[in-house]
Amino acid sequence: MIALLIRDMRLAMRAGGGFGLGLAFFLIVSTLVPFGVGPEAAILSRIAPGILWVGALLACLLSLDRIFQLDFEDGSLDLLATAPIPMEGTVAIKALAHWLVTGLPLTLAAPAFGALMNLQSPGHFWIFVTLLIGTPALSMIGAFGAALTVGLKRGGLLLSLLVLPLYIPTLIFGAEAATRGTAGLSALTPLLMMAGITAGSIALLPFAAAAALRINLR
Amino acid sequence: MKMKVENLSVARGGVPVLEGLNFTLAPGQVLILRGPNGSGKTTLLRTLAGLQPPIAGAISADPENITYGAHADGLKATLTVEENLTFWASVHGIDTIAPAVEGFNLSGLTHRPSANLSAGQKRRLGLARLLVTGRPIWLLDEPTVSLDVASVGLFADAVRAHVAGGGAALIATHIDLGIDADTLDIGPFRADPKRGRDVQHRDGYADFDEAFL
Amino acid sequence: MSLWEFANPVKFMALSGKVLPWVIALAVLTLVPGMVWGFFFTPEAVNFGNSVKIIYIHVPSAMMAINIWAMMLVTSLIWIVRRHHVSVRAAKAAALIGVTMTVIALITGAIWGEPMWGTYWAWDPRLTSFLILFLFYLGYMALWAAIEDPDTAADLTSVLCIVGSVFALLSRYAVNFWNQGLHQGASLSVDKEEHVADVYYLPLLLCIAGFVLLFVALVLIRTRTELRLVRLHRLEIRERMKDA
Repeated sequence: MIALLIRDMRLAMRAGGGFGLGLAFFLIVSTLVPFGVGPEAAILSRIAPGILWVGALLACLLSLDRIFQLDFEDGSLDLLATAPIPMEGTVAIKALAHWLVTGLPLTLAAPAFGALMNLQSPGHFWIFVTLLIGTPALSMIGAFGAALTVGLKRGGLLLSLLVLPLYIPTLIFGAEAATRGTAGLSALTPLLMMAGITAGSIALLPFAAAAALRINLR
Repeated sequence: MKMKVENLSVARGGVPVLEGLNFTLAPGQVLILRGPNGSGKTTLLRTLAGLQPPIAGAISADPENITYGAHADGLKATLTVEENLTFWASVHGIDTIAPAVEGFNLSGLTHRPSANLSAGQKRRLGLARLLVTGRPIWLLDEPTVSLDVASVGLFADAVRAHVAGGGAALIATHIDLGIDADTLDIGPFRADPKRGRDVQHRDGYADFDEAFL
Repeated sequence: MSLWEFANPVKFMALSGKVLPWVIALAVLTLVPGMVWGFFFTPEAVNFGNSVKIIYIHVPSAMMAINIWAMMLVTSLIWIVRRHHVSVRAAKAAALIGVTMTVIALITGAIWGEPMWGTYWAWDPRLTSFLILFLFYLGYMALWAAIEDPDTAADLTSVLCIVGSVFALLSRYAVNFWNQGLHQGASLSVDKEEHVADVYYLPLLLCIAGFVLLFVALVLIRTRTELRLVRLHRLEIRERMKDA
């Protein structure tokens, strides 16, 4: 399992692995929003936590189809399915690898990008904490969506259509917690709800995703 | 590790392609799978490997003892030969890749990204993967595609060494490998499209297909 | 004789063919009087005017939108556990009707909302939940449409339906929380129970029954079509295999 994680990380880092694309996309979104809503600092700082959350979510979505698609095309997925690692483990590890190369960098970058939108002082901390807890759920839910669409030639758009509704609860609680925290209110309840979604996703979705993969490999 | 197949029926896309297949693959045995294109060789191998469920019949071997070599090698272009092999070795809990590297004459290539290999070299690397799985039963689908005569010789040697060590191999191929092998012709087991009703479907309805046809 | 007998497509086709005309007749016999009664023979409400009469479409379609998803969840589970083809085809058939009901509920809601609240759309928890439900329906149907092999499509959409149900429920709670959180004490209440008096209640019941019967009729028709499509697909594959 560790070997699989190392391999996936290595593949992401090497040329053509797509590492950093999500981060660049996130930066562009953070730059475009002020162009869209105007440079007024008060408005920007009010919407900053929500925009950062939506931006991170979309950046996360961007690389989901790579989780299984490449392994499916070159036959690795067949071989992994017959390897001694349980399919559920493969799914969990691949979701973890996706988080390490996408979710974690987004989380680390978000407080800095917040400066572009006049994010106010406790906001940097809250956007970091909420993304840190929430992005693993995004990767895991995304891995489930990727498992459903892995056999399809042009599954990318469909993948977005399937995954985005599933992201709604995480987004609502995550952005709500970030907004409340930034405004100096108690963010404990939405934070706990989001942590619950993350924990539940990590515990249960590998089984659903593994089932979907087995169906697609038949 | 013996693989006994009894009354096996396999389907592709919900339609039976092979029916009533019986054979045994004993340790030390090489079985060559023959049949025209599209006759269900790949479907059979995938079913035996546990990638898809059979629609009827039984396979005695545990998928944990089987390794499957498909058309696609599962190689990562940006990883080197060594990294590719080491990955599959550690997944299967094998410590060394040296025998695999030597067996398929890859020694001079270990640090080259597999993107820079020729088609034949890639194929050799794909076959070398078999040696780092440590599994006794090999199921191979057209393993000699894009191999030159010398490489086919290397492959035949690897198969001989494998069965000499108590392993077994079921190989779908059209060429003569020069290995002492038995032949399994799947031609007679092709499913009759009109005879779908005889297959006891896993739904439990013998007349299941009739329901749709 | 058990209910599972009708999981056999042949038996289902035979029985549904016989039952269908009666269901259609019953649907017409409840829906038409219910609508006519509701639209023309109920008094105008003091505060709402004629616009209130849209509840005879709005309420039943909204109820069906949710119940149809629940039915899809049950039939998907039956497919996963017992692999009955009729079950999963019924889920597929119901999705199209469900999404139509959702759209009807959203549009009639918007039409009603304009005179009532002065806006076509508000991010009220209930409205938002329906919009989300619509997205779930879209995803489910898009997955069906994208996969060629009928059994693979059935398996994957069933998995999606089960996982989706959990997330749809989570979304419902999240949306409730989200709106309360930002706009304390929502000024718009969509709770109809408080408004509905007996004069409106009886025709409404009739309309709801009519919508249920209409759904049963439509889902039977669609399921029969879906089963024929599976049959067509298998025939095509066999023809191709004979040539090979």
